[in-house]
Parts: sequence; structure tokens; C-alpha cells
Amino acid sequence: MTLLRETDFGTPASQSTETIALFVDGIGVTVPVGTSVMRAASQAGLEVPKLCATDSLKAFGSCRLCVVEIDGKKGTPASCTTPCESGMVVHTQTPKVEKIRRGVMELYISDHPLDCLTCPANGDCELQDMAGVVGLRNVRYGYAGENHLESPTDHSNPYFDFDESKCIVCSRCVRACDEVQGTFALTIEGRGFASKVSPGGLNFLQSECVSCGACVQACPTSTLQEKSVVQLGLPTRSVLTTCAYCGVGCTFRAELRGDQLIRMVPAKSGQANEGHSCVKGRFAFGYASHPDRITKPMIRETTKDEWREVSWAEAITYAATRLKEVQAKHGDNSIGGITSSRCTNEEVFAVQKMIRAAFGNNNVDTCARVCHSPTGYGLSQTFGTSAGTQDFKSVESADVILLIGANPTDAHPVFASRMKRRLREGAQLIIIDPRRIDLVKSPHIKAANHLQLQPGTNVAVINAIANVIMTEQLYDQNFISDRCEDESFKRWFDFIIRPENSPEVVETLSGVSAENIRSAARLYGSAKNGAIYYGLGVTEHSQGSTMVMGMANLAMASGNLGREGVGVNPLRGQNNVQGACDMGSFPHEFSGYRHVSDDVVREQFERIWETKLQAEPGLRIPNMLDEAIAGRFKAIFIQGEDIAQSDPNVKHVKHGLASMELVIIQDLFINETAAFAHVFLPGTSFLEKDGTFTNAERRINRVRPVMAPKNGKQEWEIVSELAEALGYPMHYDNAAQIMDEIAQLTPTFQGVSFDLLDRVGSVQWPCNEANPLGTATMHIDKFVRGLGQFMETPYVPTDERTNRKFPLLLTTGRILSQYNVGAQTRRTENTIWHPEDILEIHESDAQLRGISDGSQVNIASRVGQTLLRAKISNRVPPGVVYTTFHHPISGANVITTDFSDWATNCPEYKVTAVEVRPASDNVQIEPEEVSPALVRMAKQIAESIPPQGDASRAIAGHLQKFWTAQMRAELSTYVASHQAEFSPELIVALERVH
Amino acid sequence: MSVQTLIYVPRDAAAVSVGANEIARRIEEEATERGLSVKIVRNGSRGALWLEPLVEVATSQGRVGYGPLVANDIASLFDSEFLDGGDHRLSLGPVDNLPWFAKQNRLTFARVGIVNPLSVSDYESHGGLVALRKALAMDPQAIIDEVTSSGLRGRGGAGFPAGIKWQTVLQTSSAQKYICCNADEGDSGTFADRMLMEGDPFTLIEGMVIAGLAVGATQGLIYIRSEYPDAIATMRDAILLAVEFKILGRNLLGSNREFEIEVRVGAGSYVCGEETAMLESLEGKRGVVRAKPPLPAIEGLFSKPTVINNVMTLASVPWIISNGSSAYQDFGTGRSRGTQVYQLGGNIAQGGIVELGMGVSLRELVDGFGGGTRTGRPVKTAQVGGPLGSYLPASSFDVSMDYEALLAIGGMLGHGGVVVFDDTVNMAKQARFAMDFCAEESCGKCTPCRVGSVRGVETIDKIIAGERRPENVELLLDLCEVMTDGSLCAMGGLTPLPVRSALEHFPTDFGLEPVLGGAHDATA
Repeated sequence: MTLLRETDFGTPASQSTETIALFVDGIGVTVPVGTSVMRAASQAGLEVPKLCATDSLKAFGSCRLCVVEIDGKKGTPASCTTPCESGMVVHTQTPKVEKIRRGVMELYISDHPLDCLTCPANGDCELQDMAGVVGLRNVRYGYAGENHLESPTDHSNPYFDFDESKCIVCSRCVRACDEVQGTFALTIEGRGFASKVSPGGLNFLQSECVSCGACVQACPTSTLQEKSVVQLGLPTRSVLTTCAYCGVGCTFRAELRGDQLIRMVPAKSGQANEGHSCVKGRFAFGYASHPDRITKPMIRETTKDEWREVSWAEAITYAATRLKEVQAKHGDNSIGGITSSRCTNEEVFAVQKMIRAAFGNNNVDTCARVCHSPTGYGLSQTFGTSAGTQDFKSVESADVILLIGANPTDAHPVFASRMKRRLREGAQLIIIDPRRIDLVKSPHIKAANHLQLQPGTNVAVINAIANVIMTEQLYDQNFISDRCEDESFKRWFDFIIRPENSPEVVETLSGVSAENIRSAARLYGSAKNGAIYYGLGVTEHSQGSTMVMGMANLAMASGNLGREGVGVNPLRGQNNVQGACDMGSFPHEFSGYRHVSDDVVREQFERIWETKLQAEPGLRIPNMLDEAIAGRFKAIFIQGEDIAQSDPNVKHVKHGLASMELVIIQDLFINETAAFAHVFLPGTSFLEKDGTFTNAERRINRVRPVMAPKNGKQEWEIVSELAEALGYPMHYDNAAQIMDEIAQLTPTFQGVSFDLLDRVGSVQWPCNEANPLGTATMHIDKFVRGLGQFMETPYVPTDERTNRKFPLLLTTGRILSQYNVGAQTRRTENTIWHPEDILEIHESDAQLRGISDGSQVNIASRVGQTLLRAKISNRVPPGVVYTTFHHPISGANVITTDFSDWATNCPEYKVTAVEVRPASDNVQIEPEEVSPALVRMAKQIAESIPPQGDASRAIAGHLQKFWTAQMRAELSTYVASHQAEFSPELIVALERVH
Repeated sequence: MSVQTLIYVPRDAAAVSVGANEIARRIEEEATERGLSVKIVRNGSRGALWLEPLVEVATSQGRVGYGPLVANDIASLFDSEFLDGGDHRLSLGPVDNLPWFAKQNRLTFARVGIVNPLSVSDYESHGGLVALRKALAMDPQAIIDEVTSSGLRGRGGAGFPAGIKWQTVLQTSSAQKYICCNADEGDSGTFADRMLMEGDPFTLIEGMVIAGLAVGATQGLIYIRSEYPDAIATMRDAILLAVEFKILGRNLLGSNREFEIEVRVGAGSYVCGEETAMLESLEGKRGVVRAKPPLPAIEGLFSKPTVINNVMTLASVPWIISNGSSAYQDFGTGRSRGTQVYQLGGNIAQGGIVELGMGVSLRELVDGFGGGTRTGRPVKTAQVGGPLGSYLPASSFDVSMDYEALLAIGGMLGHGGVVVFDDTVNMAKQARFAMDFCAEESCGKCTPCRVGSVRGVETIDKIIAGERRPENVELLLDLCEVMTDGSLCAMGGLTPLPVRSALEHFPTDFGLEPVLGGAHDATA
């Protein structure tokens, strides 16, 4: 494949549906109203010379190369800033404009280094191209005049250089930073000939720059240039693929020379990112070739032994033999596995198939358990499907954006840029977050309301907002009557208008003033298009599922569903977390979210897979660990996940892993979990994978191999071979065949194939006969489940409470430059921005404890303690501390508890009661006793589950659907001896279950 | 105490710069010493700058003038009983009778120098607020029709018909519209805006309110250059008074209409006098030029429909509304209607404000009103229309000073400034100055202006130094073409006017053979 070059039409496409016709150099062309003459010419195949224009930015009109003559118009207007008019007759090549262009180019070159042959952009420079196009032959001014040739180069950014001497002051970088990224880090300093691009401050590194690369992308010369190009030279071929960081799923052109990856360039054709990128996707790919990469399979008898490199055949035989031994000894259900949200749909599908068909049980779970499992549960209950309702583009039509528990400028930066653009256009923003995230106030953006609530009170606040919408008649009666279940609405209405849900009462729980809640509710409730976006600040709570349902209720009540600009949209954390869930990674569901107990569905899988499948749900990750400690769960296959760092209460996780006889991990690096492993199967980086990722908007994007797998095999091949070694035939010739099988077995993927994706770029599921090119907006005329179901959402406070011993609440999050457990980003230059995890603490809390800025502190919870460096910050309110978990050494998850969402076991990362002390105090804090996890869960379910009429039936249904028979039996035993502790509904429910 | 005598001592910056404050103080002291009751009114300047400081005394024969005065003249003035209009070495007699004033048509400047700039009652008793009262009773279209049929064109220099601009703003629907007054009077040799703001601020306020009523705007901004501290202070004081007297604010003059004005101060950039750069500056951004379209009338300040007019344009409106469009039409020539406030400066004997119907000849201004050069040497050239205007040789001074006639000989009226040079001026240096001015003031956005002006200076230097003259002249002319046709705004687009006119009319100053000169009608 050669180097892909995307056409640059010079100015953005007009969104108008009305068209007009004109003539450019005698060629008739029809364009939407509002199209520039430059774009029309480009559309007609006539490229007008240009330098300051590029189609990702608004027309600017500064370079004056694109001048044209238009019949009936005075002078020589710039074609970029001149809109087409009907019947216009444009001439792009006349002696007059040719003379101007040559004259302008002569001026440019009179102040430009003449080092083309040794310039990094040689061959990829628009200035060079334009000099050729306009036929510049002579610079009569000479080169001895005033110039910028001695201007310095700023090398401070780890990924790109800024060579001022090559700058032509087209402002494309400044405009890209403003219009595309929305950071406003760059400006033009000085005026006239002294005008120069400036990042403000000392240099790029010290500036507000977020290294998204938009400026580098926009630069027409070598002024802003990737260091990799400076060092290695220009790429010669490109492969279109998908980023493997967050759930935005940006499309990139991987640009290579041979098999050497030179740079990643965001593709304009990518519908999720439309040509934009962030520091991770754009630059932080160096981990793929990091020396830490393990590329050879390794085994060992015990975790005390040294790793031994072996052949693939030996590793697979060894793993299979030991798995079979465990099953022989401890039963079929004593093993299981975890799929990875970082892997492709095809790889995930292969793992869950191996577990269900070759392991012969449903003990499969995925890391979505710890992030968005409540989204799946909550949206299924209310709407009938387990995914966001919109595409990203939808935000461009939103009038009021309700952002809850998400920090998109750090965690979903490319989507954040799209959102910020809409906010700059005038959309209003409401933020519900305990922290003052950047979006509360950043250049040209100010949230109308910031509901800075106490961590753990989301449900109370969302109920109060709904309470205002209902009591102040801001609801959409038509939507409720036409689209939702009447009975569920009435039940919910009676519930939500209760005084306990009023802003005045909720103020006392959440710390958010009633006035602020009311004003936010009125803003959202009166919006033409109100859109909800949320993140892990919603899901990672004891009431995560309740909160998801609370938001769904709100959207239904206000009629904000089923069209552009509205919806309930999870900002999903991992590149393929949506896909991993879609692919049947949960213990109770086959691909496409169909319960394993559904005979029709199961029989279809049994027919195609030619084996018997279990009808009982299997174990979730926390259950696997509990069962391991209990001695019943003995072997695990972990695909690309480091649960010993990422999962809460690390001590408990490690205890579980250590209790197993066999741990098989498939990963790129020796990670924390590897310490407990016996088999290490080296995996592939996204640059080597062949398959698909599904992003947060349900968009299925192709991941194409940029280079050969460093380990010699695709990951699905390894899994297939292991399945075969276990005696289950599972051969595929290629990844496309796996997708074909997914399509065959999954109604929402029915129309998906690699062929289709290669043809159209990407599709959003459902993609089937009814929607052959996929579905951008869900639930347009009716919900997937038919009528929308309102769910009662009682606010049940978490058991995790502050007390005298643990008076502060810790909440965790992410930072722009690092990703998740940092396995990748820590192995790139990104560490320059975030070399360690930091504890943010409010001034007053710090003072009280004698903690100074930058000092080491000990932070302890009921389950553990660790050391972090403190940063005094008023981004957190008094009483709340905050940190990230990107670095294993800081071990933030040593302190997080194994408290979790009542419905899905999604851990409560966002609320941990802690105490913080100067490290020098050397205080040991004793852990506290907590009741058994199963019992705690059962109590939570009994309190939280929306009874929908009959509470005991609801509880029984839940236990049947999501719990294993073993867990139910264990609970019954406990309840029998502790009756008084439990509600009558729970007791009746358990009787029903049996 | 006898009857109090009114004495007018201008507070105008031009008068103050030649000692008016000292004069006022000395009069006060002298009067006290002599036990005479005087009241000093600090009026604006009447515009005869060569007579400043010009003191006027209200007498039964009218306002009798004395000037130009120095502080030491005061005692002798009292000795001459000037409080009764007594004769003195510097007596000018009744000022209105001076031919220099009598021959003018003071419409826009009718009150400047006459009234106390910060007296609403003075303003009203001299015809102020008549127009606003009238306009409050008119519907917006009727106001615009009146302005359109008056033939009033933009006095900032572009000469765009004001009524048509207002019409566009009226027809563009928007909840918020703005009236922006461009008072960034940066052209060398121009001072009319300043003198009006210092001498009769309510006229500008009234004009802006009427513009607001006409187009449906409720917010006005006056963008004044920072180099005009007195004008800024006077306008701000006048705005406070106007609010007090309900000329601004809610319930204008008791109606249910509203309009507010705010003064914004520039930051020393010439290019911010360009309307779109001014908008950027008003929005708090760097003062760089915007590409048009969109027209500011449709997407102007903060992307809202905006009327941008010069001080002179807006200050002409009250007269037009009070006296009717046809009365205004009676002045002027061809398509240039009404009066123009010409400003005579440079090497001139009688500099100042000359307001006349469009169409007076340049010769009448320079030789007639101006009285030739101050040095007494022959006039070599005059630059008309500011630093971007053409140098017109004395032989072309019969040109009619209106938009079309000046354009026809390669010049432009601009803001009406006339800067006179005697025969000692070197025009190659003036051409270099034009490019240098552009290099100094360019916003840096477009290439022809940003780089071209610097190369222009260098190329002219080479020509002056005799370096490959024919080639460099050709290069300079090519550069002028690129700047004229290629620049984003008038800054780079008009800089070639003074350069080319100097080269055309005065080639020998560049060390060239006198072959290019002569034909004034050649299109430059």
C-alpha cells in the first residue's frame, strides 16, 4: 500500500441542503449553499493554490495565494473566504492572479531557509508544493533582507519540534488549537513582520499545550514537525487503522517506511474523530516496540520458579494439560477466564467461546465488570439495549449538555474537543462532579451549573433533578404517553415526587444547594435538545446501576431520546469495552446480550458450535476471586488485563490469584498479575492485530495489521490452539471468519463483515437487514424493548462511610497523558507529564493535617494503605481527596474496597473512606472487619432493586439471572442462621428461588 | 459686582498644547486681581488651529476673538478692555465674521467651539436633541430612508452609503445588534473626530442613539484610540451626563426605547481603525483584520449585526434628521453629497478644520483657506486622505475634493486629511516612509502586507542607493501590484498609493530620469 493522502478541500463542507450551481474555469459544479469558491473549485477537480486554508479550519484569508477573478466582481477575492453564488463564473487561472500568486510566493521565499533538500518536510511541504505550482523561478529581493532565518527551534516537547525559522505565519496551528482542539494554547505574538507563533510561557512543554498534535497536523511546512520524521525521515506507506486507547476509537493512518512505524496521523475519514487526535493516540505508540515486550511464550511450575521460554506448541500443550488436570480434580466449573476490552471483537469472541465451549462453563467475565457493567444493566432495563443511544456527531446538535461523573478533556479528549466546539457555539453545560474538572471553566467555556456533590450521592441528585422536572411541569407528556410504559411511569412518578427526592432534602445529603439543583433541572428540562454524557463517576459506585436508570428516567421524562442532539451516552473507557460486552463476555449472556438460560438462543449456539452449553450463569470476576479463596475456583485464563493493579482491594485480588493452581495470562508485558501466573502467552499490540474494535458510539472500526505480530501469532490463533488442545475443534483461517460467525450468531451484528467495513469505513450496530449501514441514533420510533420502562431509583447510601478514623472520601480518576494502569503510556515519553500519581487534597484538609504541597503522605482505608505525593488543590472540595491509578508503585487500588454496585458488582472506585497523614508520622492504621461480600451484596440488592410492584419477585429474578446456583445456596445457608439481619422480601425471594 | 462676562478658552487638546490652560488660569487670576467678574467657559476649538489659543469674549457684538495668545498677553488684554470687545494687537473682531469661518458650511461642526461640550442645556439651546425627538417619533425605516436619501457616505474613508449599511443591519434579524463608532482616528494629519468628541460629544451620542433606533440596536460602543486621552475623558463624562438626562439608558427622553453607550480604548494599533480589526479588538482579541464576507452588518461584533461608522458619519446624522435629507443633499457635488470636514495640516500657514460642501478644489483649501505653506516656500505636494493617500503634485490642485474626482486621478478622499509639503521634501524618502509605516503598523495577517512592506522599504533603499535602479523600480512596481491586489485590507492595499504617486510624479527624487512624471490622469 502506498502513502494515503486525503484530499484537502481547503474549507469545511457546508451543512446546507440547498444547492447552487456555478462555473469554475468553464466547468459546471453544484455545491451546497455556503460552500467557498475554493472548495467548489476543488470539487470540480481544479485545485486553487493555497497555504493558510485547510478543510479542518474555518477560512482565514491570510496567505493570498488563492485569489481568483470572478465575472462581475471587483478585484481578486480570496477563493477561501468568498462564498459561491448561483451562476457565478470563476476564473482560477488568469495572468492577473498568476502574477499575484508568484509575487506572494516570492515574498514568502525571501524569508525562508533554502534548505529544502535537508529539510525534514522535503517532499511533504505545502510551501514547496506551492512554489512549484505558481512557477516561482526567482526571488528578486535576494536573501539579505530582514528575515527570521536565525530563529531558534523549540525541542521541549517530547514528540515534536517547533522550528520558528520555517514558520510562514499562516496561523493554521493557532487556529487548529482553537477550533479543532479548543485549548487556545497558541497565539500569534507581535505584529507585522515580527508576528510569530507562540505557545505562551517558556516553550511548548511549559505551555498550556496538550500535545494533541492538531497543530503539527495543520502545519504546512516543517515548522511543527514530528521528532520521528526529523530523526527517521518521511514514511512511504500507510495503513488505515483504529487507535487502541480510549473508547472514542479514533481512525488513524499508521504511516510507515517498510515495517518501521514513523507516525500516526488522524484520518479525516474517521467518523469518530474526523481528523483529530490526542497525545496518546497520536504519539504514545512507542510501547509497542518497547524492550519490555515479551514475544516468546513462557511457562513455570510454580510462581517461585523462574520463567522458561518455550515453543508455542509446548506452552499450549502445557496450559491445556494443566487446565484439564484442574478440571479433573476440582470439577468442570473450577476454571474460567476473563476477556480483555483492549483486544479485538474477534479475539474476545474467541476467548468467551473457548470458555463456554471448551472449558464447558460460563465462568467468563470481562474488565467491563469494573467500569461500565452498570451501563449495560441500567440501559437494558429501561431502553432494552446495553449501549449509548447516539453517535458522537450528535453532540453538535445538543443545546444543553448534562455531563455527569466524566472528565472528557482528560479521558476522552477527542470527543471533548467536539463537545467543546458545540459549547463554544453556545450550548449550555451542566456538570455533576465532586471535582472542579477543567470543563467547569476553561477558555471560552463556562459551565452554567456545577453541582459539586459529595461522592456517592449521584442518585439523590439525579432524583432531585427529576423531581423538579416533574413538579414544575417541565416534562414531555407526549413522549411519556406515546413512548413509555404507562404503569411504570405512574409508579415512578409517585416515587419521584416524594419529598425525600426534593432538592431541599437532597441538599442536606449531597451538599449541592437546592437552588443549584433547581436551576440545573430547569435548564435541562427546558432544553430543545438535552443530552446526557457520563463516565465512570456514574457507574463505579454501589448505586451505579441505579444511577444509570435514574439518568434514563430523566431522559425519558423530558423526551430527550430518539433523535440527534439528545440521549444517554456512556463515555466508555477502553477502546473495545463496548465490543467486549457485545461479544458475550458476561457470565450470564451470549453475544448480543441474550441470557444463557434462553433456550432458543442457546440451542442456536449449540448447533453452530456443535457442543452442549450451560444454561446457568457463571461467575463474575469478584466471585471468581471469592471462590478461589474459598478453594473452589482453581484456574483462570486472563486475556490482556492486569487485575492485580486495576481491580479494587488489591490485597484481596492477590489473595484470590495466589489461591489458584493455574493462572494463564496473555499480555504484552510482565505485569503485576504475572507474578501469580504459570503460563505467559505473549500477545499482540494493536499495531499487529487484524480485527475490529467497537467504540462508545457502537461504531465498529477495522483494526488492520500495520506490522507482523512480534510474537508470531494473532491472539485468536493462540486461543483457538488452546481450545483445540483441550479437545474442542475451533479453527479459523482468519479474523474475518470469526466476524462472520459473530454475524451469524448475533442479530445486532447480522450485516457486519470485514468486506462491508473495508467498503464503507465503519458501521454502528445494530447493522442488519433493516439497517444495512448501521444505526447512528437508537430508539428513534420505539425503544429496543418496545415501550420505555421507568424504574424506581431509591437512593441507598453506600456502606462505605466516613467516620472519625476515616474522615475523608477518596475518589479516583484519570489524567490526559496516562492511560488506565499505564502499561502502555508508562512505556512512552508521556511520563514527562505525569511521572507519578498525585493525591489532590484541599487546602483546609491539608492544613489540618500538617501536609504541605509536594510532601509524601500516607493514605489509608479500611482495607489497606499506600504512599503518595500530595498536591494542595482547590479542584477538590474539603473532605474529598483524589488520585489516579496509572502507576503500580503508588497502588491506589490497595486502598479501594471491594464494595460494589448492587446489580453488577462494578467496584466502588469512586468512594473510599480514608485518612491521610504525613508519611513521616508513620502511623499504622488497622483494617476494619466487614461482613462477607455475598451477604453485603444481597442486602444492597434488597434495598436498591426497583421493586416494580413486587419486591420479592424482583429480588428473586435478579438472583436467578445474575447469580450462580452455588452463590444462591451459600446465601441461603447464611440467611437461615441470621434471619433477623435480612428484610422479609429477601427471605421470601430466596424461598422463591428454590 | 458687575455683570459677569463669559470668556471662552478652549479645552481642546490642540489649544491646550499651545498653552490654553495657562491662558485660562491667567485670565482668572487677572480678573480676580482687578475685581472683575468673569466666567470662563472651556469650549471646544473652533478649528482655526493657527489662531490657538483663541480666546473669545461674549459681547453685544457677538463673540469677539483674540489670538493666538501667549500668557504674557493677558494683562494687555485686560488693559485693552477686552471684556467689552476692546481693540488689541491680537484682536480678531467678531469671530463669525472672519472670512475663514464665514465661507465654511459648518453642519457637523456647527456646535464645535461654540458650546460648552459638557452642558446638556447648552447643547439643547444650540439645536441639540431636535433630531432625537424627531427620530423617536419615526419608524426605523423612515429614519433609514432619510439617511439614505441624504446621500451620506462613510466619512471614515471608504465612502460606503450609510443608509444602505443601516438597511442591511435593520433587515438582519437578531436579538442583539450593535452600533460601533470608529474613533480610532489614526491617519496622520487628521483630527476632526477628536475635535468633535472633545468639543461637541453629545452630537455623536445623539447620532449613535438615532442609528440604534434605526436598526434596532440597543448597545453602542465608541472605540477611541489611546492617544486621545482628552477625547476619552470627555466622551465618558458626556455619556454619564447623557444617562442622567435620559439621552441614554432606558426610557430615552421618556419614551420606552433604550440605548446604551460604552467607551472602549484602543491599544496603539493603527490597523484597529480598519473596521474588522476594530471588532476583533473590541472582542478582546488581537487586532487583526477579518476576511469579508461575512460583512459586519450581518456578522459583526460578537457575530451580531453591527453598524460600524466613523465619528463624522454618525455626527452628521442629527443635522440630517433635524434639517431633512434634501437640505443635506443641497451640499456637495455629483455622488458626493453633503459636507466634508477637511483637515488642513502639515506645512501650512492656516491649518485646521474646514467644513465645506463636497467639491471644493484642493487649491482653494491649500492656498485659499490654508494660505500656502507655513515656511512660505512653494507647495510641492499634498498628501490627501492620510498616510495611505496619494501625493498630489501642486499641478493637480484643481481637483475637486470629492470621492469620485480624487479616485479618477489616483487619489482618495479618505478621512479628509490634507497634509501639505513645501519644495524641500524628498519624495523618495516619503515613499520609503509609506512602506515603513505599513511595516510598522501591519497586523501581520496577510503576506503581501506583512512581508511586502518590509521588502518595500528595502527595495526603495536600494533605489535610493542607486543599486540596479531599473530592476528595483520594476520590482517595486510589481510589489505595489501584489500589495494592491493581494492584501486583505486597505492597510496593505493602499500603501502603494503614496509610493506609486511619489514615483510617478517625482521620479527625480528617486534618482530617475524625469520620464514617469507629468501625466496626473494616469491611473496609478
